[in-house]
Amino acid sequence: MKITLKVWRQKNAADKGGFQTYQLDNVSPDMSFLEMFDVLNEELLSKGEDPIHFDHDCREGICGMCSMYINGKPHGPKQTTTCQLHMRSFHDGQTITVEPWRAKAFPVVKDLVVDRTSFDRIIQAGGYVSVNTGGVPDANEIPIPKKVADEAFDSATCIGCGACVAACKNASAMLFVSAKISQLAMLPQGKVERKTRAEQMIAQMDEEGFGACTNTGACSAECPKEIKLENIARMNREFYTAKAKSENV
Amino acid sequence: MNLDSKIPEGPLAEKWSKHKFNIKLVNPANKRKYDIIVVGTGLAGASAAASFGELGYNVKSFCFQDSPRRAHSIAAQGGINAAKNYQNDGDSVFRLFYDTIKGGDYRSREGNVYRLAEVSVNIIDQCVAQGVPFAREYGGLLANRSFGGAQVSRTFYARGQTGQQLLLGAYGALSRQIANGKVQMYSRHEMLDLVLVDGKARGIVTRNLITGQIESHSAHAVVLATGGYGNVFFLSTNAMGSNATAAWRAHKKGALMANPCFTQIHPTCIPVSGDHQSKLTLMSESLRNDGRVWVPKTVEDAEKIRKGEIRPTDLPEDKRDYYLEERYPSFGNLVPRDVASRNAKNVCDEGRGVNKTGLAVFLDFADAIKRDGEDTIRGKYGNLFDMYEQITGDNPYKTPMKIFPAVHYTMGGLWVDYNLMTNVDGLYSIGEANFSDHGANRLGASALMQGLADGYFVIPYTIGDYLAKMPYDKVPVTHEAFKAAEANVKEKIDKLLSINGSKTVDQFHKELGHIMWEYCGMSRNEEGLKKAKGMIRELRDQFWKDLRLVGTNDELNLSLEKANRVADFMELGELMVDDALHRDESCGGHFREESQTEEGEAKRKDDEFSFVSAWEYTGPEKPEVLHKEDLVFENVKLTQRSYK
Ligand code: SF4
Ligand code: FES
Repeated sequence: MKITLKVWRQKNAADKGGFQTYQLDNVSPDMSFLEMFDVLNEELLSKGEDPIHFDHDCREGICGMCSMYINGKPHGPKQTTTCQLHMRSFHDGQTITVEPWRAKAFPVVKDLVVDRTSFDRIIQAGGYVSVNTGGVPDANEIPIPKKVADEAFDSATCIGCGACVAACKNASAMLFVSAKISQLAMLPQGKVERKTRAEQMIAQMDEEGFGACTNTGACSAECPKEIKLENIARMNREFYTAKAKSENV
Repeated sequence: MNLDSKIPEGPLAEKWSKHKFNIKLVNPANKRKYDIIVVGTGLAGASAAASFGELGYNVKSFCFQDSPRRAHSIAAQGGINAAKNYQNDGDSVFRLFYDTIKGGDYRSREGNVYRLAEVSVNIIDQCVAQGVPFAREYGGLLANRSFGGAQVSRTFYARGQTGQQLLLGAYGALSRQIANGKVQMYSRHEMLDLVLVDGKARGIVTRNLITGQIESHSAHAVVLATGGYGNVFFLSTNAMGSNATAAWRAHKKGALMANPCFTQIHPTCIPVSGDHQSKLTLMSESLRNDGRVWVPKTVEDAEKIRKGEIRPTDLPEDKRDYYLEERYPSFGNLVPRDVASRNAKNVCDEGRGVNKTGLAVFLDFADAIKRDGEDTIRGKYGNLFDMYEQITGDNPYKTPMKIFPAVHYTMGGLWVDYNLMTNVDGLYSIGEANFSDHGANRLGASALMQGLADGYFVIPYTIGDYLAKMPYDKVPVTHEAFKAAEANVKEKIDKLLSINGSKTVDQFHKELGHIMWEYCGMSRNEEGLKKAKGMIRELRDQFWKDLRLVGTNDELNLSLEKANRVADFMELGELMVDDALHRDESCGGHFREESQTEEGEAKRKDDEFSFVSAWEYTGPEKPEVLHKEDLVFENVKLTQRSYK
């Protein structure tokens, strides 16, 4: 296959950046999208040019590190991660435009690499059950109905990639945040801290500069792990009950 | 050098409790006077850092990824073993211990493995308390399955993403300590050297991957939880960034490297599709419960399939060779990983491989679908089949899957004693980075178990014993030892950047991978290993003469990062070859062609090789020195594995 790539190049956070065009003549449909980049980067390196920098690690669709817009869509045309996208999803002669996530809370580091530590800080604000190592009850002392466990699991599959933010015209992080809040609010272990958790995580989300949610649903439609919109409804419920009952109000 | 494993005296079942009672404790008020560095944030590293923080120590945690949540433990699919005996099927701590020792082909320590089995039960409790959504039965209790040929159902799982859910639990605990100010997190930082002061590990030198800044960090103890070195082979199921640099540089500062030739090759991975291949994807082992492995009986038919002249479904039954069922009637398609892998290699070596590259065998679900219906199979493996189709473009409901073995896990690693301390005072190693629990072969669903056992339940105790004897004084990073290490790191980077040759890092890495796979992979012999050693040396010389990098140190520079790692892989690769050469027996994942039974199965030589090989670095271009730690078996009887 022949492919024309238009890639966002930006030397560092301070650089203005811009698109650069590359021509690839020998792309195999069996390549993954990132392997196509590998091939291009090998070429650039042997010409003494700086390779295109992008984030990636597991290449199995589970670590959440890969992240780019492909033809305007986060992770490209299929509802999957960039590393799990293959060139057979494109056609011979196609022009593909590639950009880094665009969001105030995800500043560009270099080329397609962005800084997503804002997600880490949101989790630090309360995305866990506060138990220390040891001194916990036997695992089977906390029976959980299968249905509840399965639903909590669905929310727990978020890989923290940030595609939801990238998909949202307001760069809202509601889907990511709500997935964690829902997972823990549904489980008995997480119920104890549900009020403070929702309040603190949402406060952190706002502080990081993520936008507001206007219910367009673009996040869920682009989420590679199919995190459901219901999570956001659940989170809003958590938040308002938290507010109503909060000692802080 | 005296290798003291420090296994406590007394009956097996009492060793750990006794030891915990005997070790020194650090007074709670004094814990904050100690600093601990933890490198790596996978299951072992994250759980250790979180637990240290909870206890009150000051922790600095490092990872090269953009977030600690991305460490490669996240990719583990199958599950985690624990001797809970919830299924009432006769499991016990002793049985899990026994299975692990036997599965490791009697090349691990009884004391360590027993402790692993013992604390396995606490892990499940801990993870459930954290909100890890394990699979459950309709009654609300935890579900289990049997995994990797185990006779009992002791594996806990979270669909096909147990690793992810466990890691997110540990990441949550770590995040909580970061929020509490007990852990300082350094993501996108790579450890490039270990710093010793008066023979004790007192800190590390790192490179900030965004700015290139070389930084020193001082502490009272250093814990390496940096994973395995499977990427020596270039292609493996490891993440792209997984590397051996931290461990290797510690090795060069005196830490012994144990059993480096013990690597695990997993039989069910998606085959290589071409030269562009960057990594290999594992398909869960559970597929072998229903899939039947075969290749055509004749080379001619295999050729026709490779060329696409006939479809695999067209080949009549009597022209197919279900070689595992044939050779191993009682275990059939469920033989252990190493046996399944080796047999796949053999049939492909005979020219009967079935994809373009000739390196693949079929895993066929047609019979299972006929027997149970497509819906049942979809229910069991739906997500795996989808993943397979996404990657290969083939639909496994209609045509057999193609699979081939791939490097998956490394049992070898830094030598540690019962306290998980290396031979360097104050330097610890946990999880896949150490060598201690899996012998020559790791059983399914026990990597996650070991990572969390080490991090949550072993090292939080044992590190106290060491720190309790340490003065509180800190070593300033202006100390000459830090300055020297920094200078060393910078010099190496400058050298890499100034070679200005013609070949890229990946080219070198691929060549190294080829050599390792060819001569130090699934099957090894003296001649090949000797040849490999020469080839690696030559490649390494070339690397330092002809490498081409672009850019500077003072920026995000992915090829410079890689160059640092590949330079170390070259040296480690050579040591793996040395180790394989010297271990003139077959055991677990290490198959020496010279040592096989009449039927072509692996043959151990217990009289000669019941020991841990621990290698000491003695200087550049000098041969490493071998130290032996004898393995003593008091509670199990050594038997040859047989799966006929
Ligand atoms: S919710 Fe979906 S899109 Fe957003 S971070 Fe999680 S996995 Fe990625
Ligand atoms: S690289 Fe890990 S999800 Fe894509």
